Amino acid sequence: MARIIVVTSGKGGVGKTTSSAAIGLGLALKGQKVVLIDFDIGLRNLDLIMGCERRVVYDFVNVINGEATLNQALIKDKRVSSLSILPASQTRDKDALNKENVGKVLEELGKIYDYIVCDSPAGIEAGAMMALYYADEAIVTTNPEVSSVRDSDRILGMLASRSRRAELGLEPIKEHLLLTRYSPKRVDDGEMLSVEDVVDILSIPLLGVIPESQAVLKASNAGEPVILDTESDAGKAYQDVVDRLMGETVDFRFLHAKKKGILSRMFGG
Amino acid sequence: MALLDYFLRKKEKQATTASKAKERLQIIVAHERNSRNKQPDYLPQLTADILEVLRKYIKVTDESFSINLDNKGGDLNVLELNIELNDEHSMN
Repeated sequence: MARIIVVTSGKGGVGKTTSSAAIGLGLALKGQKVVLIDFDIGLRNLDLIMGCERRVVYDFVNVINGEATLNQALIKDKRVSSLSILPASQTRDKDALNKENVGKVLEELGKIYDYIVCDSPAGIEAGAMMALYYADEAIVTTNPEVSSVRDSDRILGMLASRSRRAELGLEPIKEHLLLTRYSPKRVDDGEMLSVEDVVDILSIPLLGVIPESQAVLKASNAGEPVILDTESDAGKAYQDVVDRLMGETVDFRFLHAKKKGILSRMFGG
Repeated sequence: MALLDYFLRKKEKQATTASKAKERLQIIVAHERNSRNKQPDYLPQLTADILEVLRKYIKVTDESFSINLDNKGGDLNVLELNIELNDEHSMN
């Protein structure tokens, strides 16, 4: 049985697609068969972050409408053969997806893949509900910032009430907190909510902390998920997330600002 | 001045914007969770159990039965059961 993981957040621009791409690629690099699905119908972007935008021929909605087979629509990643991407459609109407037809596609994919990673659109509209409906696990992507934390809590409510697992009274969706764009220095200065603060408020287990990093923009510029930048803090932090998802115990890194010496702290500089 | 800042910094921390953010979030999140969780999670099972008991004695269709838990403000919660009896169970 494939693990269906939704990457969600409520708020937009917090790093859902960046995280989906990094985590999907990371799992595949560990030898897992992974399919990444873009649920953001009308605003396709996962293809761009993955660097396969020019290879899109058919999309999710084509498959749903029977205009293409899954095999025709799936794009095999050029870097890792065990990774495929199912792009969102760019022009069709947002109501193209419904529980029944999405369920069928996921069932087909579940026969082949170990992990199905669903990149959710922002908001709490139909598209976001569709992305989380069949999930076994949810990666709630959150920035240490008031509106993002509040929206994440809203999404936690949806996971608990609007998912298939909730409707059937099954074991609830396993929730993970992924804190992104974290600046330890600003936390130390009292300008930013700390990891502990956010965990305290949302009370779900912490999966990872991704430090604010210039590597993320560079990665999306190049269409190379940031996990491939193994020198960068963000790349390393995503690698830790992947390891934790696969059951390894990994210490949290990048939670603290690089320590200045006592002298430079006292005399500035 | 840096020396002075270093010793003063601890005091300043109490009123940081981050701690304000945390306080505000805790309040609003708790409030929103409360209004979200109006229906307790035992309600579906309770409904099923009550229906099972009723059906030992009388015919009850799903449409002739309703259950509702209402908050009447403050500490007052009312559990409301409505069972419509058809002719064969009427008093006459």
